[in-house]
Amino acid sequence: MLDDGAPIFFQVAERLSDDIAEGTLAEGDRVPSTNELAAFYRINPATAAKGINMLTDNGLVEKRRGIGMFVTAGARARLLDARRQRFAERFVEPMLTEANRLGIDGDALVSLIRESEHAQGGIKI
Amino acid sequence: MTPTISVTGLTRRYRDQLALDDVTVDIHGPCITGLLGRNGAGKSTLMRIIASQEFASTGTVRVFGASPVENDAILRRMVLVREDQAFPDFKVCHALRAASWFYPNWSAELAETLLSDFDLPANRMIKKLSRGMRSALGIVIGLAAQAEITLFDEPYAGLDAVARQLFYDRLLAGYAERPSTVILSTHLIDEAADLLEQVVMIDRGRIVLDAAADDVRGSATTVSGPIAAVEEFVAGRPTWDRRRMASQESVVVAGTFDNGDWSRARELHLNLESLSLQQVMVHAAGQASGRSKETTNA
Repeated sequence: MLDDGAPIFFQVAERLSDDIAEGTLAEGDRVPSTNELAAFYRINPATAAKGINMLTDNGLVEKRRGIGMFVTAGARARLLDARRQRFAERFVEPMLTEANRLGIDGDALVSLIRESEHAQGGIKI
Repeated sequence: MTPTISVTGLTRRYRDQLALDDVTVDIHGPCITGLLGRNGAGKSTLMRIIASQEFASTGTVRVFGASPVENDAILRRMVLVREDQAFPDFKVCHALRAASWFYPNWSAELAETLLSDFDLPANRMIKKLSRGMRSALGIVIGLAAQAEITLFDEPYAGLDAVARQLFYDRLLAGYAERPSTVILSTHLIDEAADLLEQVVMIDRGRIVLDAAADDVRGSATTVSGPIAAVEEFVAGRPTWDRRRMASQESVVVAGTFDNGDWSRARELHLNLESLSLQQVMVHAAGQASGRSKETTNA
């Protein structure tokens, strides 16, 4: 279910972050427990705990004593903000690298983006 | 903190053959540790000596701070499931009953559930069971004992992929409910990798690696791309393996990368891929036996 390369705890944190970004895990929602994550992904509970700790360190989830971990207020906004900052590095730069390799110039690239935007029924936001 | 299991300078000699050669390792529970290594590396010997089913030639083993040898109080807190488990000539249900007398935390309820999970007929004579069923019986006893230390030595001979998955799931469920010290020896590393928190690798009787599984996973990376770019990137780093095809090269580099490394790799159009636990183990075994030579580019 998880890839082999990246550290598992990192992947667990990424999956949960995706859920928070998409709103599947809304602010104030309970985050699956370490044992639930361990059983679901078939991983060591300590690894699952490390993934959750990553989210705690980033202020995305918080512990409520005795009942579990919950998504913090403002978590989604902060997460989207962080991801916007990473957007160029993660998506635009690799795209430009490949475009250069293929000899696709700036105009061609822009029109490709327009076309696929059109094919997908326009950009959603 | 006293380690749950502490092995110091352990050597086991069979006539002129050295099965374990000055092995020193501490296991701190609760933790699921993978004991990895090739066939004949000494995994089984180490587990049997820890469980006091075999004796050391020299060196010491401490379990919960004391020697387990003929120490009934300690042996009851520990269960070893052997690959070649021999059972006396009786029925499945008798084997379970005998185990229930020995292990103080035995759960008859769990044994019952596991029996039906693995489709084991309680009234069948053990000698009439297939290889896989005998393995499953060992697993049922290992899990239902709910011991503080559980040693699984390649417990799944003859078990198919479905039954092995069942074993992993039940092992994790039990561990989640009551964290304990589990040592699992296996050569199916990819299958079991995600369950492991700690990894101990043994090669020809010696410990060659003892580390957190997460650290091992990120400890080597395959760098591939055009030869000149790869060579520029790997210069000065320890490399394990080099392959070339036409203008492409793929090199396994030991060590971790920082952000600067990643962006440099991007600039050079290189592909980076972390090695899986199994791949690292294969390389580590190669290193230990000198079959693939270590080179450092100046």
